[in-house]
Amino acid sequence: MSSRQTSSPVGADGSMPPLVAAPAAVHGGHGGIAADLRAIKVVWSRELIRFSRDRTRIVTALLQPALFLFVLGTGLSSLANASTGGVDLRTFMFPGALGMTVLFTAVFSAGSIVWDREFGFLREMLVAPVSRTSIVLGKCFGGATVSTLQGLLVLALAGLVGVPYSPALLLILVAECALLAFALTAFGVMVAARMEQFQSFMAVVQAVVFPLFFLSGALYPLRGLPTWLQVITQFNPLTYAIDPMRRAVFDHIDASPVAREALNTGVHWWGWRVPTLLELAVVACAGVGMMLLAVANFRRAE
Amino acid sequence: MVDKTPAVLTRGLAKRYGDIEAVRGIDIEVEPGETFGFLGPNGAGKSTTIKMLCTLSAPTGGSASVAGYDVISQRDQVRGSIGLVFQDTTLDGYLSAEQNLRFHAELYGVPRGELETRMRDVLDMVGLADRRRSLVRTFSGGMKRRLEIARGLLHSPRVLFLDEPTIGLDPQTRSSIWAYIAELKRHDDITIFLTTHYMDEAEYCDRIAIIDDGRIIVTDTPEALKATVGADQIRLRTPDDAAAIAQLRQHFGIEAQLREGAVTFSVPRGEQFVPRLFTELDMVIESVNVSRPSLDDVFMSYTGNTIRDAESSSPDWMAMVARR
Repeated sequence: MSSRQTSSPVGADGSMPPLVAAPAAVHGGHGGIAADLRAIKVVWSRELIRFSRDRTRIVTALLQPALFLFVLGTGLSSLANASTGGVDLRTFMFPGALGMTVLFTAVFSAGSIVWDREFGFLREMLVAPVSRTSIVLGKCFGGATVSTLQGLLVLALAGLVGVPYSPALLLILVAECALLAFALTAFGVMVAARMEQFQSFMAVVQAVVFPLFFLSGALYPLRGLPTWLQVITQFNPLTYAIDPMRRAVFDHIDASPVAREALNTGVHWWGWRVPTLLELAVVACAGVGMMLLAVANFRRAE
Repeated sequence: MVDKTPAVLTRGLAKRYGDIEAVRGIDIEVEPGETFGFLGPNGAGKSTTIKMLCTLSAPTGGSASVAGYDVISQRDQVRGSIGLVFQDTTLDGYLSAEQNLRFHAELYGVPRGELETRMRDVLDMVGLADRRRSLVRTFSGGMKRRLEIARGLLHSPRVLFLDEPTIGLDPQTRSSIWAYIAELKRHDDITIFLTTHYMDEAEYCDRIAIIDDGRIIVTDTPEALKATVGADQIRLRTPDDAAAIAQLRQHFGIEAQLREGAVTFSVPRGEQFVPRLFTELDMVIESVNVSRPSLDDVFMSYTGNTIRDAESSSPDWMAMVARR
């Protein structure tokens, strides 16, 4: 068929009226890495625009950790005071609250892919001359940025629960939040990639997010747990993100050796305490792995 | 020198979902600059065909090329050369009109230096320039459709696909959408490929293809199609239809048929024939209706069905296919 052998777009004869003029550059731009990078960026920036517009979501996402720290944390303090060696329980719980915020925001952001599918906008992206991979990456980075920003808001509460505003500490916590945010958004996109209804996505999220959270050491030290529970926590990527944050906090507060022993217990593999960098590497690997699965899932959809 | 590569070319294009053949091998050839209408009832295979031409759905048989690019092996080139307006809105309601356009421009690689001018051009064309900063969710259905048309044109596509561009819109908005399409047609280097199940809208097309049950039944200009139906149509209502049909045969040699409760037949000059009816037929005539051929009649003569009947009898699996 002769038409299919034509390799250049039709009619670059330059005599076209302005409305439908076809600048050669437009058609020259499809495919390739440049197009995909542009796509990642524009999908990413859309997530940010939508986040900044949604004040309700920002405020409600802040309420949850506040409730957690100031109500639950304060209430439980009276029970816990005996065993925390003088450290405020809320200081201990702060990394958990931070992790929780990032967890909920990231997974919820990832859900927007289902939302987009249900309301049609996804199709606008799917028919564009860009790869599906770039759409997934844009979503992952967008959700990660949004949930890191939300984490920053919670970080502002640090002083109220005895976590010092030390620049070094804040920097470490932000970086760790960002890594966690990326991994969790990738997880969310992986789940969301082929779902068609936002409601079923939320149902899955409900079923998965709370176990992840409860089994992460966000609420209690992992050492001294029964073995079966300890083993489960060791398979939870969130565990490896909460623990480095807690270490960072304990590095910057005055705490008795007793308190450190009791609260800053770390994650252990066969009795060996996993170093921070390895923990972060676990989170990063889990994140990249889930992102690849998300890409594969998304490419198979439709 | 105008390139005569067909804007759309399909050979035996087919799509099968499991046991269901939604499109059963169709051949289309659309010239560059043409406005081509794809006419058929809901579930006839129009949207499925458009999805294949737009690379959203892989054909299960045959081949297709758009703007000279193969829809399977040159997917990105096809995507870069087409503009799309779907039946359902694909705008982001939480972004402004302008942000929706910018998003699109980035995805399609519209050069930044040209973007402002192009945005102004397309927004002016659809009359939304003063609403460019409003959130799209505050727009009416007609405004959204106009914005989608503007967006579909933003990256200067060779071929613009409009899938039921006026569905669900009020008559006034429908006619304004058609005014924009007519405006577009004046610029003869864009090819418009549209689907509709409104017969009156198909009249705007240079050529139409009638599709029913996954097959193309006929392709021609609206005028030529109407000419094949030829004569004026007369519809008689009488107390005794069988007798009327018999008498028509006896007196005029006309084979009339009973359609939708009326004795229906065609004659070259309807208005001159009516007086003869009253003098020569020996029976009571309750009413006479003479109509010029319309595309409805064309559809009827080719499919034996009105387009609405065809729709009401379309099987349930259509809904299933449509959801994919």
